[in-house]
Amino acid sequence: MAIFNLTINGEKREVDVDPDTPILWVLRDELDLVGTKFGCGVAMCGACTIHLDGAATRSCQVPVSAIEGKKITTIEGLSEKGDHPVQKAWLEHDVAQCGYCQAGQIMSASALLDSNPNPSDEEIEVAMTGNICRCGTYVRIKDAIKTASKL
Amino acid sequence: MTLIKTKVGRRSFIKTSAATGGGILIGFNWLVSCTPATEEEPTVAIPNEWFDINGYIKIGDTGMVTIYSPNPEIGQNVMTSMPMIVAEELDVPWKNVVVEQGSLDEDAFKNPQFAGGSLSIKLSWDALRMAGAAGKRMLMEAAAKEWGVAVTDLTASEGVISEINGERTIEYGQIASKAVGIEVPEELELKEPKDYKLIGTRQKNVEGPKIVTGKPLFGLDYKREGMLLAMIEHPPAFGLKVVDFNTEEIKAMTGVKDAFIIDTTIPEPGGLGINAFPQLVAIVGESTWQLMKAKKALKVNYESVSEAENSEMHAAKMEADFEKGQAATSRLDGDPDAAFASATKVIERTYTAPFMAHNTLEPMNFFANVTADKAELVGPTQTPKLLEESVAKLLDMPAENITVDMTRQGGGFGRRLYTHFGLEAAAISKKMGAPIKMIYTREDDMSQGTYRPTYRSVYKAGLDENNNLIAFSVKGIGIPEGPVFPNRFPAGSVDNYVAESRGIETNISTGAWRAPRSHFTAGAEQSFLDEVAELAGKDPIDLRLELFERAMKNPVGEEHEYEAERYAGVLKLVKEKSNWGTETPGVFRGVAAYFCHNSYVAQVMDMVLVDGKPKVKKVYCAVDCGILINREGAENIIQGGVVDGIGHAMYSELKFEDGTPTHKNFTTYQLVRFNQAPAEIEVHFVENEIAPTGLGEPGLPPAVGALANALYKATGTRYYHSPFSTADQGSNLIG
Repeated sequence: MAIFNLTINGEKREVDVDPDTPILWVLRDELDLVGTKFGCGVAMCGACTIHLDGAATRSCQVPVSAIEGKKITTIEGLSEKGDHPVQKAWLEHDVAQCGYCQAGQIMSASALLDSNPNPSDEEIEVAMTGNICRCGTYVRIKDAIKTASKL
Repeated sequence: MTLIKTKVGRRSFIKTSAATGGGILIGFNWLVSCTPATEEEPTVAIPNEWFDINGYIKIGDTGMVTIYSPNPEIGQNVMTSMPMIVAEELDVPWKNVVVEQGSLDEDAFKNPQFAGGSLSIKLSWDALRMAGAAGKRMLMEAAAKEWGVAVTDLTASEGVISEINGERTIEYGQIASKAVGIEVPEELELKEPKDYKLIGTRQKNVEGPKIVTGKPLFGLDYKREGMLLAMIEHPPAFGLKVVDFNTEEIKAMTGVKDAFIIDTTIPEPGGLGINAFPQLVAIVGESTWQLMKAKKALKVNYESVSEAENSEMHAAKMEADFEKGQAATSRLDGDPDAAFASATKVIERTYTAPFMAHNTLEPMNFFANVTADKAELVGPTQTPKLLEESVAKLLDMPAENITVDMTRQGGGFGRRLYTHFGLEAAAISKKMGAPIKMIYTREDDMSQGTYRPTYRSVYKAGLDENNNLIAFSVKGIGIPEGPVFPNRFPAGSVDNYVAESRGIETNISTGAWRAPRSHFTAGAEQSFLDEVAELAGKDPIDLRLELFERAMKNPVGEEHEYEAERYAGVLKLVKEKSNWGTETPGVFRGVAAYFCHNSYVAQVMDMVLVDGKPKVKKVYCAVDCGILINREGAENIIQGGVVDGIGHAMYSELKFEDGTPTHKNFTTYQLVRFNQAPAEIEVHFVENEIAPTGLGEPGLPPAVGALANALYKATGTRYYHSPFSTADQGSNLIG
């Protein structure tokens, strides 16, 4: 166990955990930020996607010891009032079915739009293919990303 | 006028629930828990006082209404559609409704609280309407009493009661306190479908705002003060049983509170109690990561208790046992042998499908807090009542002392019909004497069993010299159950017909997987019919319509399971909407239709070639589910069914070596991804006034057939063995 000082959603947070603990479990077990989901633990499903210094990152693969000094944004910190353009577009298109993967989908989509405000269909495919939706909401995800790019 | 009896079982509908609602999630309080039903701001303030009207409805003094959704929410969107039905009959503005998940209390809800068989809407249609209508009547009775008039002098709409021939009006919130406990008549009038204001509209998922902001909703998110975490380790292969493990070494690890073997065997577990691994290693601690590390350090000794099976053995057994023994179900019309002998053309094709895992994206988990005389369970289950009964057996405790609350569920697909994970949580909590949340890793989840069975069906058809279908045979076998529905289409439409279904025992546990058996049979039957149409020189839709015509006008045999008119109706609708019959260069079309779970779905799938590889571009769906409740959610679930059907038929497969599943995570087990999904899926509904049926399953099965048929048009190859994208048959397929 060791103390780590983290910057999460703009706030300083201190945790005392094993240094190899993936940030996913620091968020979920230590900080009660459970919006970031566990799906596979091997970076194959994207449910745990967060922004690490703005880049979409699978939090199940990044140990807490590797992120001190970096800026972490989770779904809870994407916007203050749940009104980020991607969140608004997700509601407009009523994307969710079970909803479990959607935080990860939204984090991947918002990172894409931050770096590329008007992505092509191919660019959207590249950015979103790492996020599995077992319910099959991909058509609505694509429509929502296109709407968000215009907001 | 539609009347409905208000006496259900022993008690009148007025009985209110003591157990509904409850603070089950982190930081629960009313303000953050309740979700406004729409994004529109409610026009009323948050109430100071709430009044229980019946098990479903609570009305606040400001007119805000809470409606409890009784059934498990697994993504089928019942948490929006079921309360919509209540709100329609109660006649309140949807924007003033907040929805909460109801607790397990079937007596209060007058409704079986489970999510399975696409049955939620079908089975609860009367109870939900009655709840709303009874609530409205109680409020009107209270107003009539207040004003000294007869209830027949009043009318109610949009949360306001008015005198028919007078000036007085009163809002529901102002009279709610006086409506509590008022008796309702034995019969109540329900709205006619033409008068619906909310049913049939587009309403968004009531939990959408919480989902997109990452609020704690799911079982895995559940937390309780003093709660410990637990993980399990089951045997790696079917046929093995835990003997012992390096207990002291594990217990000495950092963060491990305890480690032990649990046994969740219960008497008479029933079909949904299936579990290949009742004995498990359990490890308890405070950090998920530390538990994962402890799991990796486990050295478990196993003993062999039954044969280690493998995929080659399964395939060989299905072939060898194909016509052996007694069929579990069967049907015989006419004389198929003679008809095949006299047929001008005969075609026979064999279809197979492998075992598959459910892979709900939220792995199995459950919270349990077992004390000396009480047990509290919270988590994702499709069968809360069965779980309560099973926990009662495990703990030898009366069911009255056990509560089960449902969280939102990260996918169901049949996986959470089973009780083992709830029992495991209860067993671990009992041993620890503490509240615990047990969670599976993906590997635990994918290798635990409860799989979709493996199937093999042989279809045979005979045509006469005029290309009429005169003989049809379907024989299917599966491990452990056969896939054939003998009384489904084309039963009833062919003079000489035989259908048989057989099963073979296995020690691999299997379970209901979204549209059980139908997903395989629809794919096999609908691609076989495509070949039959080709052989007959007929359009595939016309061939089917001919058969439905026969089943309507002069059905063969005593009964069949489908209504031919509705079946033909969805085919005609999809034909119209897709402009079937028009050729577009570069677009390859497949069609399929299937009836299961009481709803009818037809699909036309348009495929294109991308860099020479086929990809589904657009899908047209036509659906008959009777009265449509929520157009938005209904479209979404049909679209999802199409993607799910395409994905599993194309990519997913679970094999076995020495009893061990060869895939344990998404590194090798493939699920459909964003770039493999169609760009567009149109959904059209048949408009009628038939009592509504469910949509969780029926959208998936026809997608398998439409996919196979479109693939044939695009590639010239027929695909008989799913997953279609395997190296030996589909190396040129996308993905």
